[in-house]
Amino acid sequence: MIKVEGLTKRYARNVAVDHISFEVEKGQIVGFLGPNGAGKTTTMRMLTCFMPPTEGSAQVAGFDVTENPMEVKRRIGYLPETPPVYPEMEVIEYLDFVGRIKGVPKASLNSRIDEVMQKCAITDVRNKEIGKLSKGYRQRVGLAQAIVHNPDVLILDEPTSGLDPHQIIETRDLIKGLAGDHTIILSTHILPEVEATCQRVMIINRGKLVATDTMENLSSRLHGAETVGVEVIPRDGAFSPEWVRSVREKLEKVAGVSRVIGKDAKDGRARFTVESQTGTHVRPELARAVIEAGWQLNELHGMGLSLEEIFLELTASNYEDTPEPAPQAAAEEA
Amino acid sequence: MNTFTIARKELSSYFRSPIAYGVMCFFALITGFFFYSAVRFFLQQSLQSTMMGQSVPLNVNEWVVRNVLSNMSVVGLFIIPMITMRLFAEEKRTGTIELLVTSPLRDFEIILGKWLAAFILYLAILGISVLNMLVLFAYGNPDWRPMAVGYLGLILQGGCLLAIGTFISTATRNQIVAGVATFGVCLLLWVLDWVSSFESSKLFSVISYLSVTSHFESFARGVLDTKDAIYYLSMIVFGLFMTARSMESIRWRA
Repeated sequence: MIKVEGLTKRYARNVAVDHISFEVEKGQIVGFLGPNGAGKTTTMRMLTCFMPPTEGSAQVAGFDVTENPMEVKRRIGYLPETPPVYPEMEVIEYLDFVGRIKGVPKASLNSRIDEVMQKCAITDVRNKEIGKLSKGYRQRVGLAQAIVHNPDVLILDEPTSGLDPHQIIETRDLIKGLAGDHTIILSTHILPEVEATCQRVMIINRGKLVATDTMENLSSRLHGAETVGVEVIPRDGAFSPEWVRSVREKLEKVAGVSRVIGKDAKDGRARFTVESQTGTHVRPELARAVIEAGWQLNELHGMGLSLEEIFLELTASNYEDTPEPAPQAAAEEA
Repeated sequence: MNTFTIARKELSSYFRSPIAYGVMCFFALITGFFFYSAVRFFLQQSLQSTMMGQSVPLNVNEWVVRNVLSNMSVVGLFIIPMITMRLFAEEKRTGTIELLVTSPLRDFEIILGKWLAAFILYLAILGISVLNMLVLFAYGNPDWRPMAVGYLGLILQGGCLLAIGTFISTATRNQIVAGVATFGVCLLLWVLDWVSSFESSKLFSVISYLSVTSHFESFARGVLDTKDAIYYLSMIVFGLFMTARSMESIRWRA
């Protein structure tokens, strides 16, 4: 459905998107993941014919974005980061306008508007001014706008940014519900979002595609090597460096453990990060080992951050080379 | 078809913000004042000429209509920036330009639609002043033909300044900047005419030719001069052409 080859966008001083190639099949939801400023929006803007690529080609539904932009535009629904709504318009009036400029036939326009309002759950605000709606509603009006002409491809730029957790879940469900009819590319810098909605992930950093994989493969990487946090307290407050060392040795001997990293040992407790081999369940064994040694197990939790770790690893150059605060913020938000 | 969709949307947003009402109000007040003072002056003069014993009555067209139309052409310079400043600047600021550009619309449909909306609003504003003129028909017998030519001149001049304003609005995302810049250009195009009074060299006559108001003179007198009409029409085309170029550059730079 979407075929991108060597897509490049160069500005006077920097390269925003650097020879990206990928393909998306019909009906898939693909997550476009990367820190802020990685080139997600630029790529999307080239796909939607908002700006022409400097180099390379992109095809949407068989039409090239530079040679046949009109046909591409007819087949794409696009939700930019801020929903492109006119605050002074009423919802229904706005959708009517968008439907007209997107070329929805007049005869079916009204029924189509009713349909998308129902899909996006905005029927109850149909006669309200968009400027007076909450952010969640405005986002849904933006989504309704993107699907009003029933496009083959939906491109959503950070569809959940700035929403509260409740609205985020609603929006995600809505997107998942749209997946059958449309091929969807959505961008985000939030990892759980990709996990929750997408079948495939493309990770982009500094304009380059650093990884592209199916969600299953990433998940197996995620759950294969489990990382566990352990916190142990000695009985009778017998806390000493020797004791910490002995705990560590004990943990290392547990079957399946590949590495034990001491995090800190103070206030009468010792904390470790335990990495296990693929396919083993070490948590019960760890618990038993601690109890049998006569210590108290204060905490045992799965770290479950491996996708984050993959992400950070793949996009690490960002931290080393540029003191940008943006990726940091992205990681925190995640 | 798309052009009209865009124009309709623009017009409805004009009348949903205070802009349209404010500009109309301003225009009604100021032309009303000009009309009143022109009529007062005319009455004074005709009274005087009757007392002097002149048998031929003064011409209403010459004394009232012509003055009022000339004044209105200058007032136009002030209201046009208010009409055009938001056309593209607002879309760029709120990001809705992305919706328009990624829709299957051609650039000229967007531009023409926006210009058309501004033009229709301008016509509506001019329409207010027609009420003043109707008063003249009620109490006198002015000739309607030179008056119609004068209005045609106002319409053409407005269209040309609106095209320039539309172009300037694409250059910035700040309405105020667009408005001030358009006002500056309008003002410049007005005063360029003054150089013709300095001396009559080739250069100065070229500069003077560029002035919008100098081309209005003939219309105000009730003379339909194709030379002046062509000036206005070509300025409209030029302004809209520049808008199209500027819109293309928005894409390349975005």
